[in-house]
Amino acid sequence: MSILTQIAGWPLLAALLLVVVPRNYRVIIRAIAVLATLISAVLAVKMFCDYGAAPADAEGYRFVQQIPWVESLGISYHVGVDGLNVGLILMGAIVAFAAALCSFEIQSREKEFYILLLIMSGGILGAFASLDLFFFYFLHEFALIPTFIMIGVWGRGEQKNYATFQITLYLSAGALIALIGLIALYLQSGANTFDIPKIIEHVKASPISAHAQNIIFPLLLFGFGILVSLWPFHSWAPLGYAVAPSPTAMIHAGVLKKFGLYGLIRIALPLLPTAAQDWAHVLAWLCIGNILYIGWVAMCQRDLNLLIGNSSVAHMGFIFLGIASLNVIGISGAVFIMVAHGFLAALSFGLSGYIYQQTGTLQMNELGGLCRKLPFIGTALLMAAMAGCGLPGFANFVGEVTVFFGAWKTLPAITVMALWGGLVIGGVYMTRAIRNILHGPLPAKWNGLADAHLWRKLPYALLLASLFVFGMWPRLLTEKINPDAAKIVSSYNPQVVILQPAAGKELNAAPTGIRQLAIVNK
Amino acid sequence: MNTSLINLEMCVIGLGLVLMLADLFVAPERRRFIAYIAILALGFLLAVSFSGNGSCSIAGTAFHGEFINDGLSLFFKRFFLVAAILVLFIAAEFSDRIVAAAEYYSLIIFALAGMLFAASSNDFAMLFVSIELITITFYVLVSFQRGKLTSLEAGVKYLILGALSSAFMIFGIALIWGTTGTLNFTELAAIAPQFVDSKIFLLGVLLLLVGLGFKIAAFPFQIWAPDVYQGAPTPTTAFLAVGSKAAGFVLLLRVLFTAVPAVTVRWSTLLIIISGITILYGNLCALPQRNLKRIFGYSSIAHAGYLLLGIAALNASGQAAILYYLAGYLFTVLAGFLVIALVLRHLETEDIAGLSGLNERSPLLAATMAISMASLAGIPPLAGFFGKFLLLKAVVEAAQIPGNHCYYYLVFVALAGVVISFYYYLGVIRAMYWSREATDLSPIKLSAPAMVTAWICIAGMFWIGIFPNTLLNMANAAVTALKI
Repeated sequence: MSILTQIAGWPLLAALLLVVVPRNYRVIIRAIAVLATLISAVLAVKMFCDYGAAPADAEGYRFVQQIPWVESLGISYHVGVDGLNVGLILMGAIVAFAAALCSFEIQSREKEFYILLLIMSGGILGAFASLDLFFFYFLHEFALIPTFIMIGVWGRGEQKNYATFQITLYLSAGALIALIGLIALYLQSGANTFDIPKIIEHVKASPISAHAQNIIFPLLLFGFGILVSLWPFHSWAPLGYAVAPSPTAMIHAGVLKKFGLYGLIRIALPLLPTAAQDWAHVLAWLCIGNILYIGWVAMCQRDLNLLIGNSSVAHMGFIFLGIASLNVIGISGAVFIMVAHGFLAALSFGLSGYIYQQTGTLQMNELGGLCRKLPFIGTALLMAAMAGCGLPGFANFVGEVTVFFGAWKTLPAITVMALWGGLVIGGVYMTRAIRNILHGPLPAKWNGLADAHLWRKLPYALLLASLFVFGMWPRLLTEKINPDAAKIVSSYNPQVVILQPAAGKELNAAPTGIRQLAIVNK
Repeated sequence: MNTSLINLEMCVIGLGLVLMLADLFVAPERRRFIAYIAILALGFLLAVSFSGNGSCSIAGTAFHGEFINDGLSLFFKRFFLVAAILVLFIAAEFSDRIVAAAEYYSLIIFALAGMLFAASSNDFAMLFVSIELITITFYVLVSFQRGKLTSLEAGVKYLILGALSSAFMIFGIALIWGTTGTLNFTELAAIAPQFVDSKIFLLGVLLLLVGLGFKIAAFPFQIWAPDVYQGAPTPTTAFLAVGSKAAGFVLLLRVLFTAVPAVTVRWSTLLIIISGITILYGNLCALPQRNLKRIFGYSSIAHAGYLLLGIAALNASGQAAILYYLAGYLFTVLAGFLVIALVLRHLETEDIAGLSGLNERSPLLAATMAISMASLAGIPPLAGFFGKFLLLKAVVEAAQIPGNHCYYYLVFVALAGVVISFYYYLGVIRAMYWSREATDLSPIKLSAPAMVTAWICIAGMFWIGIFPNTLLNMANAAVTALKI
């Protein structure tokens, strides 16, 4: 059995086990959930470390496992990793573990909550590992439905019902539109299989007609785009995250949301190269909507969760920009931000959840001076905010700067606008939020607040550490991503040859890492 | 003439007669055992059909080609036997609320016989007789709770609209016979291309579709469904939702794809429109409903629309998808009606609020209902998800043919329907697990057979959703009998 099956399987197995545990055994329920996600996270770290040494199959995937499922349609359970999803699986498993730890704040109907949380985690990890078009969709849908139930049942605030309604409507519609695109892709490829490597192989030999590509690509772009809150289909995201219980927001904003982006990179770009080039400009302009418009909206927020939600929508713009650049550097950067933003979003929503649990409000004008009472949480929030505006040293910086370098070549005007959004707008709302929440006089009513104890510190510390590790040693990830990003780009420019960075050289900062990415464009 | 082909049907009719007589010898308080005897007998017939020795496994025609046994009829006969067995389980739980329970069971068996004949009809005469056998039995089954006004009202509504649709159908058959001179599907298929421009012939086919549209509750003949579903005794509603609808679909498949394929290919636009409107109508009307059986009524309209997607696609994968979807629908809907029959038996209304707190009262029933709703909504990994996937795939496949772009519109209508349906299906789940208005929290005692039924339905929904291979191969083999 592949280690990937185990990473996704442990949470699902634990969910099944929880069904039979009586609901008043609260400690056992928590322990099972935390243990299962911990095992899955440890296995993911092991997988990430073993990645370089593991043998790759003919198509370049590692840890592969394949079991036929429906022969007549060519569906099989097929998992494997390459550079595009190895980081995502690691990030997903760590975020799931952190979310399980943060779920201690859930007080009512814990059993159902943990079951849904484990389904979410296991499902999405399976979707990222899947190399079969059907399972790729199936497992994401499996992970998505619990989100709606969790927001509808454990959500907070007056707008709970409206937010649940909106997020269900948007995300189901997005997923189904993408499904139509995927089915059309399956039929048009003519390979008569849902196996992604085989379809890619087949399409290389006999490309899909430009006409069909131009029907399928928008279906995938907007279907996946809705799932990723592409402007102007983003309005579900800030409100949904503001209302969601924080573990749900952590997993959804951190992990599930990356599914659409991953789908675009893994499926749409290599299989529909002609249409991707035609639509890249549309995508580039829409991503400006994300970066500038939503950044501007974020500046106007008074609620911390709405601010984080909007800023997370804005960050998606950088990833879209990387995808739209259609070159190795841009796509590598996009994948890097996907991983970095997963940690960051989970960290931010986890921290805001802690503050909400302590104070009962996230209105920034009611908060203030919290750093005195909550030194750990306050510092972590400060770091999260700094990572969010792209401070070097955090993983987000590496990804964003790589995207800008990549996009500069093809989309200079849009890159300038995006830089403005990334550096200035992000800086304004993040520092303002920090000033309002953490500094200034402490209102008397918050004198009783207590800082996180050891168990509650663990998830935040873990997420921060991950941001640091990838910020300081980006090569851990970039050297895995680059060859596979180059493979995708090769369908646009067959002459792209990528030189592996010289082995043994230490890369300490991002720009050096990028210089090492010697792209020879003959 | 090979009369041994109808041994299965004869056995079923004989069983119905025996059950009627058994009523005379069994004490009233033991009537539910009559149902168990019937279940055992049908289970035996089902086992025989799977052993390959039964009459339904022998391919061939009988009665001058009126009766045909092929892959399609075999699939549907097994389907109807499973449906009848599960409905009898529900009916056994219901026996304390109806007088003359044995008659009720034997009527179910007679309706089953009608469905078995429908699966094999290869001739308009056979089609009409089997439809009438089903419909007339259902008139009685719907109004069986004589003391209940809603049941009688439902019976009258079903009778009037059913009679009307039968009249249309017989008129259509008469027109077809008048123009072509044959009632046999095989003969008709050979000569139908000559008549595709004859307005009278086309009107005949159209009127026939009216009759079948009534059976499957497709727009614009769906108006009876919610009222009848609500008023009828729950086991009747369950059988109506599964058996009667499937009988309508097997006849629709036979007529459209073996008798008049020449007409069908020209009517793709009509089928697309009917399918789209049926999906939207069912899902939109279900939104404001509070009565569970009415929700099922509207949802059954919506599902008729989804199933029509497979017909409108006009390809083999669409037909196989219909068979697959119906099999999943069988377990899903019967799971839902089982819970309704058990939980709401002491309540006057079937309001959703009656389900509140069900999770505390009976976790098994709450889980059964939740899984059923999730499967109807098409949530993985349940039967409904893979079924919908196959149907959508068939329609997208049809859309790939150049010039067929209107299929994409149909796909988007279907998607809209699925998204809308999340609202009311998840609303039911919410009522069971998270409603705060629960008043009655007394535990529900389940009889052993009821628990078995619940587990069969749950297993069926998961099996069809997680291991689609076997069933899909069966469905693919079954539709090779069809011509398009």
